[in-house]
Amino acid sequence: MTAINVRVDGASYSDDVEPRTLLVHYLREQLGKVGTVVGCDTSNCGACTVHLDGEAVKSCTVFAVQADGCEVTTIEGIGTDGRLHPMQKAFHELHGLQCGYCTPGMIMASIDLLRDNPNPSEDEVREGIEGNLCRCTGYQNIVRAVQQAASEMNGSAAAPEALGAQS
Amino acid sequence: MTLVEEPATQAPEREIGKARRRKEDARLITGRTTWTDNLVLPGMLHLAIVRSPVAHAKITGIDVSAAQQAPGVLAVFTGRDFAEEQGSIPCAWPVTPDMVNPGHPSVAVEEVNHVGEAVAVIVARSKAAAQDAVELVDVDYDLLPPVLDMEEAVGHQPALCHDHVESNESFRFVFDAGEAGTGADTEQAFAEADVVVSRRFVQQRLIPAFMEPRATVVQPQGDNYTMWSSTQVPHILRLMLAMITGTPEHKLRVIAPDVGGGFGGKLQVTPEEVITLLVAKRMGKPVKWTETRSESLMSAHHGRDQIQYIDIASDREGNVKGLRCRILSDMGAYLRLVSPGIPILGAFMYVGIYKFPAYRFDCQGIFTNKTPTDAYRGAGRPEATFAVERIMDELALELGMDPLELRRKNWIKAEEFPFTTAAGLEYDSGDYDAATQQALQLIGFEELREEQRRRRESGDPVQLGIGFSTFTEMCGLAPSRVLGSLAYGAGGWEHASIRMLPTGKVEVVTGSTPHGQGHETAWSQLVADELGVPFEDVEVLHGDTSIASRGLDTYGSRSLVVGGAAVVNAAQKVVAKARTVAAHLLEANPDDLEFSGGSFSVRGTPGTGISIQELALATFAAHNFPEGVEPSLDADATFDPVNFSYPHGTHICATEVDTETGMVKIRKYACVDDVGKIVNPLIVEGQVHGGLAQGIGQALYEEAVYDADGNLTTGTFVDYLVPSAADLPHFDTGNTVHEAPGNPIGAKGVGEAGAIASTPAVVNSVLDAVRHLGVSDIRMPLTPERVWRAIHQGGDGADRATAVTTAQGVDAAATPLAGDETPGGAL
Repeated sequence: MTAINVRVDGASYSDDVEPRTLLVHYLREQLGKVGTVVGCDTSNCGACTVHLDGEAVKSCTVFAVQADGCEVTTIEGIGTDGRLHPMQKAFHELHGLQCGYCTPGMIMASIDLLRDNPNPSEDEVREGIEGNLCRCTGYQNIVRAVQQAASEMNGSAAAPEALGAQS
Repeated sequence: MTLVEEPATQAPEREIGKARRRKEDARLITGRTTWTDNLVLPGMLHLAIVRSPVAHAKITGIDVSAAQQAPGVLAVFTGRDFAEEQGSIPCAWPVTPDMVNPGHPSVAVEEVNHVGEAVAVIVARSKAAAQDAVELVDVDYDLLPPVLDMEEAVGHQPALCHDHVESNESFRFVFDAGEAGTGADTEQAFAEADVVVSRRFVQQRLIPAFMEPRATVVQPQGDNYTMWSSTQVPHILRLMLAMITGTPEHKLRVIAPDVGGGFGGKLQVTPEEVITLLVAKRMGKPVKWTETRSESLMSAHHGRDQIQYIDIASDREGNVKGLRCRILSDMGAYLRLVSPGIPILGAFMYVGIYKFPAYRFDCQGIFTNKTPTDAYRGAGRPEATFAVERIMDELALELGMDPLELRRKNWIKAEEFPFTTAAGLEYDSGDYDAATQQALQLIGFEELREEQRRRRESGDPVQLGIGFSTFTEMCGLAPSRVLGSLAYGAGGWEHASIRMLPTGKVEVVTGSTPHGQGHETAWSQLVADELGVPFEDVEVLHGDTSIASRGLDTYGSRSLVVGGAAVVNAAQKVVAKARTVAAHLLEANPDDLEFSGGSFSVRGTPGTGISIQELALATFAAHNFPEGVEPSLDADATFDPVNFSYPHGTHICATEVDTETGMVKIRKYACVDDVGKIVNPLIVEGQVHGGLAQGIGQALYEEAVYDADGNLTTGTFVDYLVPSAADLPHFDTGNTVHEAPGNPIGAKGVGEAGAIASTPAVVNSVLDAVRHLGVSDIRMPLTPERVWRAIHQGGDGADRATAVTTAQGVDAAATPLAGDETPGGAL
């Protein structure tokens, strides 16, 4: 067992972990952060994407010990029901999810994408999230959601086409 | 662009027709979801499953001693330990009276029949400990020859997949329109035809690949058991588990919490669910099993996997005269819940939207040493639609006609509905011309044809093709009597309850259990309109057999059409009861009351009424109540549809094909679907998009591949290519609306349309791009290598063995169903 100190979603944790423990399993099983989920064994699907010191990582490719001394942000740390992150809001407004299993990872990857490219074209969004698989939406509404969030966060991106959604 | 027609008749205040954002989203976008794998119960144990690494073998010995002594391990069970109580994984759809079912133990006892089959179960204190111990179980296998090729499986002197059954044929199902009295004699139609075109198509094996891996938790409480499972079918699962394990049904509660996708892949009673229940019984403690993605791809069921010999007969003017289909359908090693029924559902859809006078369907269900197949999005209808939409293109080419002109000449005209097809189905409504005209506009058809001509004339290395798919499907599964006539093991009804609470809020209980389709939102819209209450005041409960006591769950695009209809009928019963109470309180005749905007008032005296919320409280208190009426404002309804529903549409795909690399890129995709009345345009559009992604996935990317030993070589997401955002195009979608007459909503179902219609549109498009280079067919998925080989080596892009049988298959009149011992056959 190895001792680690991490901050997750703004709270500090000191824990002993097996060296082989993956970050995603540490988050889910030791911290109860079950918003982050496991979709594959091979780092292909991106369902487990979190931010490690501000960068999106697939938390099944990172050992928990590698997060020692780091700041981790999960889907549970970016917004709440009453106060959604613009990316969460955009996914909701543009129907960027159906079953929702890929959604936490997709949202975390999309936020990171906008950090690198605040004003992405449709093609840039598609390439930017290609490491995150979704089986339900056909991606179109996800792409629109990322562009709408970009527009809201930066006030600079071309707004996606209106969908006429009503809350 | 997006075209979602708002039906003009709707008043703006009505919920139906509004693009309501989903209630479900709040928990899903914030990570507060209740996936089965999130569950942690006190004292919970974890399972890992030892799976067969070989396709076919006798088990001659299993040594579990090392595993038993591993740290954290509490028990190891083999098939022999469960032999008495594990029963057989059920097949609820015995399609023919003589169908052969070899039986399917949850844990193999004497032999294994596919890679990934369970042979032992580890029970440990942690998941990691259980998985570690899997490596310590030593199984001795006496290898047997694997049966991997369907045509060999029923050819001359085949090896047997199961040595205790006489052949690898499970069933043979024939529908002949001439014999059924629904059409002309097929052989005569072919004998008299001017033109006969024959093709062999391969529906490759696909994997549903839902994003949430399957998980199951069972908690024993005395002799009661609660199971949480990532399932589409909690009600069917409870019934089947009770029947096969002997657990009394009333002692078993099944809960499907949030479920991360299904697409038919979770329409199942799985070996793992049985195992988890049996282990929980043995251990007397809560037990959890969660699969890895590799386990999921290897052992959750697969879909499609059919070989289709299709013959079409026509006169020289392009009037179709007959269709003949001979299908080989791979069941895999065992029959699962509805495995045999999948090709049989398709049997009635091969005629598509066309007026074929004669039709014959002949299908063999065949065992191989591969993972069992079962429902996958569309279940039988995608295979059928692909066959007829591909063969129409081939016939058009043979006749020198435009493919769309040929379709238009033969499809059912708007004024001809209702129309009974040669397959015996009564199509109730639609307008195929209207949808097609709109789709042509959406995609900018004329400009694309012009560009195609320019590229062809200039010898551009990148060629452009345009492909059509004009289709219908049957949804709203289904009238119980029809399912009975097809030997399906259950009815096709759905149940709903509506309970008005004393405060005027509403609980809706639905038997239709969603896994991403947005029932909570759509059902709330239905109830808000019927009861005149705010959308926000409605809560939809589902997926727990102790709450939703009756139901037949979610598959086959039946939820809104059947489950939603039950909700509407229950709401109308609530209104009828409320009317009786209102009449009592208002001292009026019930017939004199108007119900509008959620209030009853005496006709002609608006503003003097009583709201349904007030009536909810009055019926709760029951102080001043009409005689003979029971307190509480609630009602149940069970809806059994009178017919299937028939969504239809036209899909058009334009692809760019790089003739130097074989790379296919979808340039534009437009589709116009008629799904009847649209309750929520947002959800409808999303369902279409998702279906398109899966249908395009079949056309271009996805295939479950086995090697010569029966190993799944596409056992991870590295090899099994689920398309990413970068692989898919923008979709231009539209709707026409012809309401279904068979249910009170007028909805037709939308979940499968995109997956059914898109595959042939894409393949027809690619072929349209390269036909002038001598290519007549390419086997799916249309990988760059296959497309390149088809262009440069003159083949069909298939592997050698397939190419040989394809060449024989061209003379399909002489090609018997595999297994017939006729010289010149498919072998």
